[in-house]
Amino acid sequence: MTSPPRLDAAPKVTGQARYAVDYRAANMLYAALVRSERAHAILGDIDPSRALGTDGVAAVITGDDLSPLFPRYGHIIPDHPILAVEKVRYLGEPVALVLAEDRYAAHDGAELVEVGYEDLPEVMDPAQALADDAPLLHTKDYGVGDRSFEEAHSEPRSDNVCHRVEFSWGEVDQAMTRADVTVETSTSYPMLYGYAMEPYNALARFEDGYLKVITTAQHPFMVRDDLARVFSLPLSHVRVTSPYLGGGYGTKSYTKMEPLAAVGAWYTGRPVKIEMDATGAILTTRADSASVTICSGFDSGGRLLARDVQVTLDTGAYADNGPLVLSKACNRSFGPYRNQNIRVRGMAVYTNTVPSSSYRGFGAPQVSLASELNMDQAAQQLGIDPGELRRLNLIPPGERHFPGKRPMDADLSADLDLLLEGLGWEDPRQPYQGIGFGVTASDAGAYPVSTAVVKILPDGSVLVSTGSSEMGQGSRTALALVAARELGVPLEKVAIAQSDTHTTPYERTSGASRTTTLTGLAIQRACTQLLSRLEEAAAELQGGSPTEIKAAEGMVVGPWGDLSFGEVVQGWFGGRLGELSATGVVRRVGELAELPPFWEIGVSGVKVAVDPDTGQISVLKLVTVADVGHAIHPEMLKGQDVGAATQGLGAALFEELVYDGPQLVNSNLVEYRVPRAGDMPPEIVTIVAERGDGVGPYGAKGGGEGTLNPIGAAAAAAVGRAVGRWPDRLPLTPERVWRLMRGDQG
Amino acid sequence: MIGVDTVRISAGINGRAVEMSVPVRMTLAEMLRERLDLFGVKLSCEMQVCGVCTVLVDDRPVSSCTFLAADVDQREVKTIEGLATGDRLHPIQQSFVDHFALQCGFCTPGFIMMTKHLLDRSPSPTRDQIVEYFDGNLCRCTGYVPIIEAVRDAAGRLGADLS
Repeated sequence: MTSPPRLDAAPKVTGQARYAVDYRAANMLYAALVRSERAHAILGDIDPSRALGTDGVAAVITGDDLSPLFPRYGHIIPDHPILAVEKVRYLGEPVALVLAEDRYAAHDGAELVEVGYEDLPEVMDPAQALADDAPLLHTKDYGVGDRSFEEAHSEPRSDNVCHRVEFSWGEVDQAMTRADVTVETSTSYPMLYGYAMEPYNALARFEDGYLKVITTAQHPFMVRDDLARVFSLPLSHVRVTSPYLGGGYGTKSYTKMEPLAAVGAWYTGRPVKIEMDATGAILTTRADSASVTICSGFDSGGRLLARDVQVTLDTGAYADNGPLVLSKACNRSFGPYRNQNIRVRGMAVYTNTVPSSSYRGFGAPQVSLASELNMDQAAQQLGIDPGELRRLNLIPPGERHFPGKRPMDADLSADLDLLLEGLGWEDPRQPYQGIGFGVTASDAGAYPVSTAVVKILPDGSVLVSTGSSEMGQGSRTALALVAARELGVPLEKVAIAQSDTHTTPYERTSGASRTTTLTGLAIQRACTQLLSRLEEAAAELQGGSPTEIKAAEGMVVGPWGDLSFGEVVQGWFGGRLGELSATGVVRRVGELAELPPFWEIGVSGVKVAVDPDTGQISVLKLVTVADVGHAIHPEMLKGQDVGAATQGLGAALFEELVYDGPQLVNSNLVEYRVPRAGDMPPEIVTIVAERGDGVGPYGAKGGGEGTLNPIGAAAAAAVGRAVGRWPDRLPLTPERVWRLMRGDQG
Repeated sequence: MIGVDTVRISAGINGRAVEMSVPVRMTLAEMLRERLDLFGVKLSCEMQVCGVCTVLVDDRPVSSCTFLAADVDQREVKTIEGLATGDRLHPIQQSFVDHFALQCGFCTPGFIMMTKHLLDRSPSPTRDQIVEYFDGNLCRCTGYVPIIEAVRDAAGRLGADLS
């Protein structure tokens, strides 16, 4: 095997790796939630007396108790109450927090809290929510959280639209009239639960005048900002630490349990631990379901003339990251094709359902189902091979398909050729078998702000400090590899400190597939500066000039002989002590001025067989192409690609959160079915295309989400080709496929 | 635990004799994590679906999330912490490391304990046997492929150790 072992592998196979859920504090209370039993209701009296009379229950906190605080959170629209105030907006919403000496007493107490409700009519999907006489979930002005979202609603509302995105270029209507062929596709993408296996949890305490929280947050710095606002604390007085995360996939982006634990600690003066099980996690955050309609116009040769897209996301009861998911979904909705005429209209709609937020792919899987299936349907109507139709229209390297954004930093046609060869697209096929594939490009990387500190210690070992989180994606190993390579020191000498807002430098997020590229770049820049510092220090020590010497491969080489890095540190400080350090900064300037920092490429496909009697699908083959510029750790990259594609297959074949009226009926892992070992295709091909065309270290750019993005469309197209009718919704359950074969999509 | 009946148990935990009083409703997972600090035992679905809490009781795998602590009286419990010998990883653990058979690692202890039981019973399992064995273990990161490869590799290593 060519890739070095993961730095976190040994702790994880021995049970030594500590996750947030494994932390405790002396004198700690356990929290349990009282959750709303109504989807939409005026909150009446909350009677905690029976709970407070139970052995071990220390306190019961309700929304009214939080009035001295800023009692809400939300980094875009701060509409999310820590505990419901005045009304509840979804079944399962936290209405009270019970704190007790042990976990069992807390849960016993929670069952004894009596809550009065005065029912309001509920809206359970966007169609109901957008009806003329629909009851409004939100009527208040909440102000705006994130300055970059000033266009987000902050004035009093007159409808249930949480956020709207509209943009266009060219003359779409006119271009459509010139089209020889127009093709319209409407699809539904299911409501999902990302299921990171460590459910949300947090431990909060006030200590030394600081609020300290150990949590499952992917983005500890953004959680810090929310918590500082709740308690009117300086940012410096909030310490958020994210140890190893038991899965992230975007589901642990942004604030979840942290304010609940923190208000518990504030109210009682004791450390408070709150832990969800999987059901509690499902009732906390899900992923947006989507209805998408796309109409495309082509000339008879297959050239794309115009695309007109409408996206509706069901964002649930609170905004959370919904506005950004909508914005990204819209940006990703028309495909990486050369196109002069685009119109996109999107809405994220409030409904009385569990709030939705980020999940791997971030809008792209939802919209690509429609836009890539639309290409397949167009190819059929035009009588052109679907691979050829894409090749005709894919944006070439260096050209822009999105005005104002970075030119395409990938060779999509070459990627597609690799994919089709891997899939055996040209090979003869058995009856009831089909191949489907897709090509997507996501504006990934988020905002390019990262900082990293790299230190050389007096024994020559290296400490890298970064605010990025290790959630399984392998950042610890990948980032250490960058530092080892830059400094020319062996990997065994590099240690990484991660994800602590008090002790590690600022990191915007660990999301949007950005860490290897942008944090890697910050580390690379820190190492460059550190080498200069070593050269200066060595020159000062030896009385030479810095121009005479060169630091590389763990040594400073000069006319007087070689000094190891450790010798330079020791010499400069005068003993076996001290350290030399440098901070690498990534900002939106220079090569990163243009957004996105990189296009995250999604090129993947499947071959399936459909059982004509039952509609059961077997995935025979999965092929992924990683277009990542440079693979810093090829084995981990392949692991990301297969893992992401597998999550995509889950949505394509099995996964869907189902509401029956106000009630979520499958909020558990028995009835919400995720892929199992036996579902994996017998043949999996992972292709890595390295062309050095990214902005990151050694030409790297992000991966880890891309292969998921086209999988839903690919599975739908494969089934469509196998049975002769195009599906319009996921997951492709046996019943749906059976009905599809009989012409009944209802 | 407050206001609840307790029972006294004696059990072997990773080869160490332990005696303690446990509330009758305490789960084995809670006893291992909260009383004995064996944090390698994880919890996720808490309804016997995901397998992250798998430990061996008298060499048989159980979901410690729903297995009562009281029921390990006079029995031997093995957790992930009991597998390595000092600093030397068990061959199954080494195979998981070498095959990148983990990402977030939260499911890993459960998979490894299940693998231990599988290879104790079937030293050379087929791919189908491995897949069937893991029907009660979920992994959300890897897509299972490297885990299956690691199990096959571990079978080879253990077989070589025996011969």
